[in-house]
Amino acid sequence: MEPLVQLRERILARFPGADVTVLPNPAPVGQDSLVIGREHALAIARFLRDDPELSLDYCSNVTGVDWPQQEVIETTRVTQPDPTTGTPKVYEQKTKRLTPAFLEVVYHLYSMARQHGPVIIRLRTGNRTDQVAVPSLTPIWRACEFQEREVFDLFGVTFEGHPDLRRILMWDGFKDHPMRRDYVEPDDYEWEPTAHDDVLKKAQEHLARAEGRQP
Amino acid sequence: MSDATAQLAETTRPEPADTPRGASSPTPSPESPLISEAERDELRRQGILLTSLEEIYNWGRSHSVWPLQFGLACCAIEMIAASMARFDIARFGSEVFRPSPRQADLLIVSGTVTKKMAPQVVRLWNQMPEPKYCIAMGACAISGGPFKQGYNVLKGIDRFLPVDIYIPGCPPRPEALLHGLMQLQQKIRGQKLTGPDAPRHLRADDPCAYPVPEFGERDLVPPQNPAVWQPPPPPVRPAS
Repeated sequence: MEPLVQLRERILARFPGADVTVLPNPAPVGQDSLVIGREHALAIARFLRDDPELSLDYCSNVTGVDWPQQEVIETTRVTQPDPTTGTPKVYEQKTKRLTPAFLEVVYHLYSMARQHGPVIIRLRTGNRTDQVAVPSLTPIWRACEFQEREVFDLFGVTFEGHPDLRRILMWDGFKDHPMRRDYVEPDDYEWEPTAHDDVLKKAQEHLARAEGRQP
Repeated sequence: MSDATAQLAETTRPEPADTPRGASSPTPSPESPLISEAERDELRRQGILLTSLEEIYNWGRSHSVWPLQFGLACCAIEMIAASMARFDIARFGSEVFRPSPRQADLLIVSGTVTKKMAPQVVRLWNQMPEPKYCIAMGACAISGGPFKQGYNVLKGIDRFLPVDIYIPGCPPRPEALLHGLMQLQQKIRGQKLTGPDAPRHLRADDPCAYPVPEFGERDLVPPQNPAVWQPPPPPVRPAS
């Protein structure tokens, strides 16, 4: 199969002005992915399925990722002349940066006809609070239906054009989305034999609450 | 008992000199039956059956415990294996897995009880007629098991149901289920039909009602049935 950079060029030639970027994966597996803008996502998905060279006819997996806003400190090395002696000196410059907060939906696409894959595409929402809509790809790949419902249930992404967008794992009437990183789970277990890290913190908070103290 | 068998019982009974006779005193009373357990067992060995209504009733009940055909997770596979020929739960009279709760005596909670499933489990339990028994099979049904820190798993079915037997394991082997069933049979055989120790369905003070929890916004409402389960008190810390 053609590399993703070449695929991106073909997509851009077909859909001028589309927002498509290649997201490299630095891990040893090296599975790069395509980040696709929301406005052309449905058309690009249809192209990926119907293009005879690609014919990505099988969507094996849909999953969600939550990216809350984080403060990232980046360290860059700057070479500047020393003001007193004039010799070049290496300074470390630290810059703080806030990452954007958004939710992401990841689709893994394969081709049964041509026996290749996966091509991984990602759709991103505008933020995590009020702009949480992405276009549904269920009209392209029917297999997305239940998995998009799951992403809706656990992450709170709303899929525009989904035929039946309801909760699938939690019950109707459940508030909040449990797989988001800022989800606060109910305090309903009381004892842990080998507590450590986050579990230890939770157990201590529970104990403090049981003893009537403020955690 | 006819006179002939009574005589036979009298002649075949061994009479050790130091046998306490208090258990077979001639005045019958509920506290001291006519013959002791040891004497009765000896009579049985000679082929003479002496029994009480309570004993034969409990014997019959304990050897026909029909479980509900109901599985939740991987423990259910072990439960199925226990009912098959290799482990053969039919040896203990429990091979008749009933597909309807109306005909079942035993609820084997075999597997993880999610919060979404918990009201249905309680409803099934309420639909079973008394006398009924509950076995919590496996770590999940006891305490939530490996999913204990999950937001979606009930931390033990004993928060809503009165559990008779706990079988630990993840999942328990079929032998463990058979052992749990034998323990339950022992428990049934020891039950009194009258008096303050009678099981709940023979007592007027126990309504036998188990409320079905509702789905709330974040958790089940209520999160446990306080009549059957209370959170344990916080551990006592040494004064520092």
